[in-house]
Amino acid sequence: MGQILKRIVIKLLWVGVVFLGITVISFWVIHLAPGSPTDLQTTLNPDAGVEARAQLEKLYGLDQPLHVQYASWIKRLVQLDFGQSMSGDHRPVWDKIKERLPLTFGMNVASMVLTLLIAVPIGVAAAWWRGGTFDKISTVVVFIGFAMPGFWLALLLMLWLGIQWPILPISGLTSLGYDNMSPFQQMWDVTKHLILPVFIYTSGSWAGMSRFMRSSMLEVLRQDYIMTARAKGLSSYTVLFKHALRNALMPVITILGLSVPGLIGGSVIIESIFALPGLGQLFYQAVMSRDYPLIMGSLVLGAVLTLLGNLLADVGYGLADPRIRIGQGRER
Amino acid sequence: MKRRPLKRQSPWMRHALLITGAVIVGIMSLAAVFAPWIAPFDPNLINVDALLLSPSTLHPMGTDALGRDVFSRILFGGRVSLWVGFVAVGIATSIGLVLGLVAGYFGRFVDEIIMRGVDIMLCFPSFFLILAVIAFLEPSLTNIMIVIGLTGWMGVARLVRAETLTIRERDYVLAARAAGAGPMRIIFRHILPNAISPVLVSATLGVAGAILTESSLSFLGLGVQPPDASWGNILMEGKEVLGIAWWLSVFPGLAILFTVLGYNLLGESLRDWLDPRLKQ
Repeated sequence: MGQILKRIVIKLLWVGVVFLGITVISFWVIHLAPGSPTDLQTTLNPDAGVEARAQLEKLYGLDQPLHVQYASWIKRLVQLDFGQSMSGDHRPVWDKIKERLPLTFGMNVASMVLTLLIAVPIGVAAAWWRGGTFDKISTVVVFIGFAMPGFWLALLLMLWLGIQWPILPISGLTSLGYDNMSPFQQMWDVTKHLILPVFIYTSGSWAGMSRFMRSSMLEVLRQDYIMTARAKGLSSYTVLFKHALRNALMPVITILGLSVPGLIGGSVIIESIFALPGLGQLFYQAVMSRDYPLIMGSLVLGAVLTLLGNLLADVGYGLADPRIRIGQGRER
Repeated sequence: MKRRPLKRQSPWMRHALLITGAVIVGIMSLAAVFAPWIAPFDPNLINVDALLLSPSTLHPMGTDALGRDVFSRILFGGRVSLWVGFVAVGIATSIGLVLGLVAGYFGRFVDEIIMRGVDIMLCFPSFFLILAVIAFLEPSLTNIMIVIGLTGWMGVARLVRAETLTIRERDYVLAARAAGAGPMRIIFRHILPNAISPVLVSATLGVAGAILTESSLSFLGLGVQPPDASWGNILMEGKEVLGIAWWLSVFPGLAILFTVLGYNLLGESLRDWLDPRLKQ
């Protein structure tokens, strides 16, 4: 037990180090890039001279050396204060992120569930009938799915389901008369707006996931206990669903944790195509207006989610495979 | 090195995938290289008499909102994709190769530091960072290639390190060391050539990834800047006229799909062929 505890502590310390590393590099890259957030406010205003600019920089603390800025940023971060947005409304960064989090998070969770629902059966069937017709066809489809650019598929579906045969809305989160609808209608309205985006999210991950499911299943089917189960005369059904699937599924579920960075990246494009007010769109706007605190806040959030995903994947592996837990450890 | 025969299951399928991949990559590369000779029009030639024409024999893929020939623009966009793919992957592979070799060969704290660096880089929400850096540095082809390259070396480093760890223990390395070869000579003459096949595979797959990233960035307006054509920015312009000019949205996407598919097929088949052990 003591050993496990030690491993957990080391792991958590390491997560802290990685987190600091990410913030240092991000901070450095973002602040050293040419241009400044004051550009937008000063160049747009012809009256603003050099002095006004210096004043603004002082207000934002941009006149101080970088390491001082970083120190004060991290000091506030420890108190969960992400600072204030530099653009327009000057609202706290965390408030801006908070109001957009549910949409992006919800879409990601929905697409993860959908991904599993699609990928697991495909992977299992392909592994069970390995080399058979289904395996061959699914291999080809998976390769095409891999190569499909999500934003292009989005355009095609918008063209098809939104314009030529308009059954789904293609932009925004709500329809025009949203405020006058009953709660049930409102729910249906939002759902309808989210069908295409969630589908596009899923299109980016089902192919890889089904491939992973297939190889995980093949690995399990090779094990001795499957042969034992077959040898003692259990039906294919029992072998497949009671013995094999349970063992093959765990690594697949944990790998979902590793797909977090991809999902975060995808949100920028998908939310920009469908004009959805989520985190990706917020980040895009922040980048465009050089809103340093907001950019850093989003990057931190992205890093935290990624690290959490990795941690969950690690824990999941441990739970799925006691050989790792007992401590010979994986080759890193 | 003796090659084991291919897996028994459906050899025709493996060959079919390899050949399909090679043919697609070949056609797309040739089209890109010879674009100036194949293209029927100047890709940037504006023609106000031919705005948003649907595909015809004169304009096989139609024209865009400025009357430019879409087929020619796609051919020239192919050059951008090919260029980005190769340069970005070249950068990523070189970094990954050197760091992986060094980490694997020297081991101990050198290894520890490099691999922890890899872990940190892998936790980056990299598309966010790429987006921010490109937007700050002014979007341009060079910047895109460099940034994609600098954020994509981690996989190669891990692969090469793992290979190096096993090759380091081989007898011929021991023999070289006994004969007085220095670390540089051992790494580059004896280890590198034997560690190269998984790198080749990951580089091929990397080209596909880089092409996708570039087209996403261009689609967001942060990639190749108009009037220069790239598949991503043709799609961006196509989105504005989605309802009236489907050809602007369909053809560039098909080009991306086919190219990425080609490199993926080639990479996966190479993986099977070069090293049966690597197969999942």
